[in-house]
Amino acid sequence: MAFYVVQFLTGLASAASLFLVASGLSIIFGVTRIVNFAHGAFYMIGAYIAFTLTERLSGAFGFWGGIVLAAFAVALIGVIVEMVLLRRIYHAPELFQLLATFGLTLMVEDLVVLIWGPDDLVGRRAPGFRGAIDFFGQNIPSYDLFLIVLGPVVLGILWLLFQRTRWGVLVRAATQDRDMVAALGVNQKWLFTSVFAVGVFLAALGGALQIPRDAVHHAMDLRIIVEVFVVVVIGGLGSIVGAFVAAVLVSELNAFGILIFPKISIILVFLVMAVVLIVRPWGLFGKPEAAARKTPGLTVNPWRPLTSNERLMALAALIVAAMLPLFAGNYLLTVGSEIAIFVIFAVSLHFLMSVGGLASFGHAAYFGLGAYGIAFLAKMAGLPMIVCLLLGPLLGCMGAAVFGFFAVQLSGVYFAMLTLAFAQIVWSIAFQWVNVTGGDNGILGLWPSSWAASPSRFYWLSLGVAALVTVALRAMVFSPFGYALRATRDSGLRSEAIGIDAKRIQWTAFVIAGTTAGIGGALFAYLKGSVFPDNLGISLSVDALVMVLLGGVETVSGAVIGAIVYKALNIWLVSQTDLSKLVLGGFIMLIVVVFPKGIVGTLEMLAQRRKKASPPGSPLLAKPIESAE
Amino acid sequence: MSVAPPLLAVEGLTKSYGGIHAVRGVSFSLRAGEILALIGPNGAGKSTCFDMLNGQNMPDSGHVRLLGEEITGRKPREVWRLGVGRTFQITATFATMTVRENVQVALISHGKQLFNLFGSAPKFDRGEAGRLLELVGMGGYADRPCGELAYGDLKRLELAVALANQPKLLLMDEPTAGMAPRERVELMRLTARIAREKSIGVLFTEHDMDVVFEHADRILVLNRGTLIAEGSPAEVRGNPQVQAVYLGEGLVYDSRHREGAST
Repeated sequence: MAFYVVQFLTGLASAASLFLVASGLSIIFGVTRIVNFAHGAFYMIGAYIAFTLTERLSGAFGFWGGIVLAAFAVALIGVIVEMVLLRRIYHAPELFQLLATFGLTLMVEDLVVLIWGPDDLVGRRAPGFRGAIDFFGQNIPSYDLFLIVLGPVVLGILWLLFQRTRWGVLVRAATQDRDMVAALGVNQKWLFTSVFAVGVFLAALGGALQIPRDAVHHAMDLRIIVEVFVVVVIGGLGSIVGAFVAAVLVSELNAFGILIFPKISIILVFLVMAVVLIVRPWGLFGKPEAAARKTPGLTVNPWRPLTSNERLMALAALIVAAMLPLFAGNYLLTVGSEIAIFVIFAVSLHFLMSVGGLASFGHAAYFGLGAYGIAFLAKMAGLPMIVCLLLGPLLGCMGAAVFGFFAVQLSGVYFAMLTLAFAQIVWSIAFQWVNVTGGDNGILGLWPSSWAASPSRFYWLSLGVAALVTVALRAMVFSPFGYALRATRDSGLRSEAIGIDAKRIQWTAFVIAGTTAGIGGALFAYLKGSVFPDNLGISLSVDALVMVLLGGVETVSGAVIGAIVYKALNIWLVSQTDLSKLVLGGFIMLIVVVFPKGIVGTLEMLAQRRKKASPPGSPLLAKPIESAE
Repeated sequence: MSVAPPLLAVEGLTKSYGGIHAVRGVSFSLRAGEILALIGPNGAGKSTCFDMLNGQNMPDSGHVRLLGEEITGRKPREVWRLGVGRTFQITATFATMTVRENVQVALISHGKQLFNLFGSAPKFDRGEAGRLLELVGMGGYADRPCGELAYGDLKRLELAVALANQPKLLLMDEPTAGMAPRERVELMRLTARIAREKSIGVLFTEHDMDVVFEHADRILVLNRGTLIAEGSPAEVRGNPQVQAVYLGEGLVYDSRHREGAST
């Protein structure tokens, strides 16, 4: 019995940090509507700076002073980030904001390694809380008890801040209707900045307070951000009480999940999240969100199929790409195959995201499922490659059918988070079900049959499939189904009023996108000769998002160009520099701030301007070249 | 001999939110080709009433029948399939698609081709889409992005979309709200002409009394959730109760309100 009590208390202690970080994220989202992916990064910087300060400053005062000072220092960094980066993108679509803050996260990951080195750092014990308290033969660290008390205290302070101060009233008003608050003459800029600073302060404090419990390392940002997403989604975005309750719930699920279901401890939390989202899509303490006001003047070039000239150009590009083996070596051909595979992956997400308006943050799940499908078929059933390639993607299709059914019940940020959670579930299964998936060691030794074994043949295969998939999906954009899908994206009210069952249309699109991603994953497994849990990880999902946005989310073929540029750049960067994340992160932020329309969108805009300047004649919009290299 | 059921028959429609009775026991019917206006002051329950007709909102009790068939509580998309078109108070269109594509989506849905993955949508029923746009006077705007249209044009586009499934009944919630006076008259004349030609029943809510009295065959007056009058424009105009609660403006309304509160 005592053991369970101690386990419960450990859970409560973990909840404290989680609550601090989650409440910060929630407050920021409530007012600025930005889902701050970089929140985990601020948490991490908080921990690193606190580590340095507590090492330098001596005594109890030095330790506690160092922790608080660290949180203030990071809050200051937050203010700079808000003023330099976020202020430029408050009116951008929410996806761009997520990506910009993700870019920031990437940069921070490299920066902390640059400053503090790659090794884990173990910090000082907290003065006054070094020992443990004996509880019926079980030890409870006294620092845990301190954290257990701290959580509710912070909740109380935040409550007072929001209920009893003028600033709090403004923040609550802005959470309900920020346009109205601005119309009432409140200086929105400084309100946003201060809110961001408070949110970041809480995150950094959460990180700083972790140093007596855990080592500081450079991957702690991603781990916490996924948990924090889960917490705010369960609790309800924008609700601080919700964040507290959900933080406790999640921490206890973690603490007891390990005892009860050691194999699926990670999944438990995500299952609870999925259930909450389906029963109460706006979270336990959240409120159903009113439809966001659309940014006025948001016009998009009407989409149209390629003209016959453009088709010829696309075909020419494809032929040029197909001639690569004539002059390129094996390494370049492997790179080419990988790029072609990522084109498949990117266009599959594009279909869901641009055409359907459903931004999946866990699209890698279906890519990875396709890859694992191949591994099971080839290694366990011993089927030949051609059969595997045809059947393997079916695993991606089935995964998309199951998860997609639940995901399309939601939309916007919640859709993004639910897809992320599903991807994490699949990842956990791949990681923990060692008997079947090999866990972290993956499944090795998947080699193509002899007809596709040479690099040039495999390249042709990948290129051919990529071209086929791109053409098929593009045809679907301009099919009656594609129109219906765009209709559900543009106006749910109107599409329902003209007899369209939006959820069924979106579910179908989800399955199509998942299956297509599975095709990419299947080829990827053969290209690499192995399958790992990373093939369905978050960073791969984000790669897909970046590719689509880089090409231009409002265009039809941007994903193809985006995939080629991003993947080529990525491969080149990794070979050139150790700081690839720093460069990539900066690059992502640059796109979001300077070229929000992406490469193809920007080209289209320029062409449009030139057309308007010259007398009306040929309706030549420079549409992307449909190359599939 | 049985008498053919009316196009739309509404019986005892009731809806309350918490303690507020938004709509109480509203009953009326509508014939094919008839233009019926539903009027009433702000908060009278017009929109609630409207939303319950095509399944946008669920009534607490009461019945809605279309040609004798019960459609109460059906989903909007099912009601649409039975031949009920609808326009919204605040226009709902597909902003990133062109004007023609907006109509084509409705035609695709009408033709049950929504899950057709490999057909060509740009060529889908282009002729019919063009005819519908001509009908509402939007022929010249077919290739314009819908997001660029002026508000009055959006209203006309909505009408074209609502006509795409050859409806028997059109529900128009404040069809002329936000339009210039001349545009209002034009749109209602157009609607009336189409309704007579195709024998479509039209039910609309409206605040502009000129529009109502000029175009409606019959008028229903709603006040605080109940129907207080029904009849031809002349009858309704002369009804003292209507004058009191509706046309009589604030003073009269206020005194009645106080009486009601004290009893």
